[in-house]
Amino acid sequence: MKVSERWLREWVDPPVDTAGLARQLTMAGLEVEAVEPAAPAFTGVVVAEVLAVAPHPDADRLRVCQVNTGGEAPLEIVCGAANAAPGMKVPCATVGAVLPDGTEIKKTRLRGVASAGMLCSARELGLAEEAEGLMVLDPDAPAGADLRAVLALDDHVIELGLTPNRGDCLGMEGVAREVAVINRMALNPPPEAPVAPQVEDALPVRLEAPAACPRYVGRVVRGVDPAAPTPLWMAERLRRAGLRSLGPLVDVTNYVMLELGQPMHAFDLGRLAGGITVRMGRPGETLTLLDGQEVEPGEATLVIADDSGPVALAGIMGGAATAVGPETTDIFLESAFFAPEAVAGRARAFGLHTDSSHRFERGVAPDLQERAMERATALLVDIAGGRPGPLVVETRPGHLPPRPAITLRRDRIARLLGCEVPDAHVEDILTRLGMQVTGGDRTWEVVPPAFRFDIGLEADLVEEVARIWGYGEVPATRPRAELAMGPRPEARVAPARWRALLADRGWYEAVTYSFVDPELQRMLDPETPAVALANPLAADMAVMRTSLWPGLLKAAQYNLHRQQEQLSLFEYGLKFTRQDTEIIQEPSLAGVAAGVREPRRWDGRREALDFFDLKGDVEALLALTGRRPAFAFEAAVHPALHPGQSARVLHEGRPMGWVGRLHPRLERALDLPRAVYLFELDAAALAAGRLPRFVPLSRFPAIRRDLAIVVDETVPAADIQRCIREAAPPFLTEIEVFDVYRGEGIDSGRKSLALGLTLQDLSRTLTDTDVEAAVSRILGALERQLGATLRE
Amino acid sequence: MQEELATLVEEATAEIRAAADLAALDRVRVRYLGKKGLLTARLKTLGRLPPAERPRAGQAINDAKQQVQQALEARRTELEAAALDASLAAERVDVTLPGRGAVPGGLHPVTRILQRIEDLFLQLGFEVAEGPEIETDWHNFEALNIPASHPARAMHDTFYIDDTHLLRTHTSPVQVRVMLEQAPPLRVIAPGRVYRCDSDLTHTPMFHQVEGLMVDERVSFADLKGVLDDFLHRFFERDDLAVRFRPSYFPFTEPSAEVDIQCVMCSGEGCRVCGQTGWLEILGCGMVHPRVLEQVNVDPERFQGFAFGMGVERLAMLRYGVNDLRLFFENDIRFLRQFGAQ
Repeated sequence: MKVSERWLREWVDPPVDTAGLARQLTMAGLEVEAVEPAAPAFTGVVVAEVLAVAPHPDADRLRVCQVNTGGEAPLEIVCGAANAAPGMKVPCATVGAVLPDGTEIKKTRLRGVASAGMLCSARELGLAEEAEGLMVLDPDAPAGADLRAVLALDDHVIELGLTPNRGDCLGMEGVAREVAVINRMALNPPPEAPVAPQVEDALPVRLEAPAACPRYVGRVVRGVDPAAPTPLWMAERLRRAGLRSLGPLVDVTNYVMLELGQPMHAFDLGRLAGGITVRMGRPGETLTLLDGQEVEPGEATLVIADDSGPVALAGIMGGAATAVGPETTDIFLESAFFAPEAVAGRARAFGLHTDSSHRFERGVAPDLQERAMERATALLVDIAGGRPGPLVVETRPGHLPPRPAITLRRDRIARLLGCEVPDAHVEDILTRLGMQVTGGDRTWEVVPPAFRFDIGLEADLVEEVARIWGYGEVPATRPRAELAMGPRPEARVAPARWRALLADRGWYEAVTYSFVDPELQRMLDPETPAVALANPLAADMAVMRTSLWPGLLKAAQYNLHRQQEQLSLFEYGLKFTRQDTEIIQEPSLAGVAAGVREPRRWDGRREALDFFDLKGDVEALLALTGRRPAFAFEAAVHPALHPGQSARVLHEGRPMGWVGRLHPRLERALDLPRAVYLFELDAAALAAGRLPRFVPLSRFPAIRRDLAIVVDETVPAADIQRCIREAAPPFLTEIEVFDVYRGEGIDSGRKSLALGLTLQDLSRTLTDTDVEAAVSRILGALERQLGATLRE
Repeated sequence: MQEELATLVEEATAEIRAAADLAALDRVRVRYLGKKGLLTARLKTLGRLPPAERPRAGQAINDAKQQVQQALEARRTELEAAALDASLAAERVDVTLPGRGAVPGGLHPVTRILQRIEDLFLQLGFEVAEGPEIETDWHNFEALNIPASHPARAMHDTFYIDDTHLLRTHTSPVQVRVMLEQAPPLRVIAPGRVYRCDSDLTHTPMFHQVEGLMVDERVSFADLKGVLDDFLHRFFERDDLAVRFRPSYFPFTEPSAEVDIQCVMCSGEGCRVCGQTGWLEILGCGMVHPRVLEQVNVDPERFQGFAFGMGVERLAMLRYGVNDLRLFFENDIRFLRQFGAQ
């Protein structure tokens, strides 16, 4: 809502400057988003009366005008505008004038003819985006008068960012009312008087959907002059509110909307067939709107219909067929109350948002329609002539929005705000806001005014009191509460711990969008059903991620394409999948890494990081649970991973994640310059830690035996360890793989593993016999089960 | 004999001085003092002397041995010191070269801010709550007093999944979930991702909010002011930071307020960041709307409380001087490094 300060000050003129006024509005909840001058700076522009227009002797397009600017002799000014005509009043930049663009007007000669100034268009004065020809001033504008004074241009446009509850401030009257309340002043509205009918004509109005439209005021006006110019003061006020002047019929309805907040509509009477019916749309009906769009209103939409069908979407937009045009002389004016619920959401359903729907959705005072009609009629007759008919007022009082009394308890104000507000202030504030206030001993009964749709509860009244009293007047206190300890499960591993571990190990945390490119996701995770957005912002943000990899790979790609050679990014967040019809949202922890292992090395031993670097970090994460043995890795194939370098991570035998190298095919597809490694883990399994459980320490020495065995290349180390553990007596405490060797001395297709076994018993010192027996059982089992031989 | 010994000692001393290293020195030791050494051999000849001469001769040999021994020790000490010096010199490293091992990375600035906010509120006994990001229409809107046709819905450019599911547009639905699960008194903050169908210089389709909720029997608007005053002063570590509350509107709070702080960039003088107003809009808040309490079966006659919601990226931008919102989601490593170990 854009408010002209001068217009506002005609209604109420508090003794504060513009900045003070803006502060008052903001602090009362009508946030001032901007204060702009109503017109750009210019000087020396006066009203000029064109006395004579003659062709330029040497230029077809130029004319030589004699103008009266109030001086003793007329000025001769060369002008290029086509509309220059004797008798008209136009702005004239006199010699010495400075225009908004900085141009200084000097005496000059144009094609040999002297020109003592410049006649201006509205655009040249910064009063319109575009203009054809000279700006036409009112005929009664006094020649020689400063244009800034004539048009009241020394004004500010205050732009309010109104919250949706304050529909009542979508008109000058509403804003003025607030300013009057804040400053404890009276309102000074423009004079209003009913306009006496001069013709008998009236259209019958039928309200068939009284809940949606319980009040409709109509009036016929015959014989208006559609070519009458809109007076400049009105056009200027419309302009300052952000509306274009579109001829007197439309301008008057818009003006009344800006002044009182009542949207109105003017129909071309001659194009209406029969009477007006306000009803819901019917199946199959269509309507071509003013903007050319053809819509099917349907049964959920309130329409204004004549005998031939819908002529307007009620409260949203009129139809093209019955719109007023340059030939319209007889009109039918509408000023109605449409219930917010009847309009809310309907405009959006047709892709529309109009000044009218904006107001009706938020609530237009249900007692405003006749006032608005009288005001519009008076203005119209004044500007464009015409003979009005009688008011036709249809009302279904039972369907008008009720304003039941609300009980306001004094102690409730104190309890909710945390401070006392003196009774006299409470009563004064509410009364000034237009409420009827009765009672006063401990409780009041308060009836809100018709124009307020946002006051229905006691809390709403408390807000009104606090708002006008001033939020700044409420003290800041520290709350008192019971000191109760919350639960703190010791075994739970918090996400902050994972984050800290990864960060300490050199990873950076990324945050990527939860919606990803469906193409990329299909490449990485083709099997998992994804959740799609119904209204994505872009094609590459159309589905919810089923894995954090698409986002992380995008981030990796972004960096690797920007000369970053080293990268370790992790992310923690939800991933989204479908199971049957249900949407599953589970937290996930994932990472992407590429580049060298230790980028700072200077000893020539820089090595590319590999699978085991990532696995090491994953194992560290798993170990945070204190339940490392509950997790296992197995070779498995994943569509996004290198088939020889990918492991499924198992938690108690159930899959909970992956670690591996991105499939070289995808590396190429994503144009990644180097090998990229990935991991992703279900966070739920990572969060479940355990309480430490003490195991007695052995007081007897530990014995270490190293074995070198040779097995087939395909035998995983984990199988060897499992085999050993199963075959070994309970005093085998640790198995360490400390070397894996292939090459000279080992048959091809085979590999040698060096294993360190630690044996220790809790209750005795182990003998050589114990150890020999254990080792021999282990070797026997390895040979039988895995074809292992002792390396020579 | 004496002369002979003197000559031997002289020779030995000369050889000892000439020994260039410990091995050479040891060879000298063996030559003179070893089992078959020249001086040792002398001792063996004692038997051939007349008994009366033996003690003197023995004494003389021992003296000679001792002299050689001392010379050896002295030289050994010298050589050892030299060897140590040499090896120290050889072992010298360039201490200005970088150390070995992983260099710590860092957390995302949004996480840093979230952790800071959590830290501050945990001090007041607030618990952290979480909720789903794909929400139901009911939790995100209806339960928060925003029915289907409410104009406030237009302010939330919502991403929809289907008729009943959407990406939450704010963290406020977590309020609803918490109150459905737990009875007051409640003190909760809910950090998380939220989504709006909007993308330009100052909007990203995903961002983060922290919701706060405190419900008890007498928690008041004045308390809300007190808590947020404290929070903003502590968060920015500026006790003199001006904070103002001005009336606003949210369907799920009544009274509602918008909180502005004095611009931290220009200290309220007026700059580009604050649009020359000297104030920065920092969060929205209010007293929980009675209808919201009713929706979650909390008796609004007995309980009341406040709720607030703040944008995390905005706080991060002000706190760290980040000038472009979109940087938070580009994940440019050069950006992320600035918030990590350095």
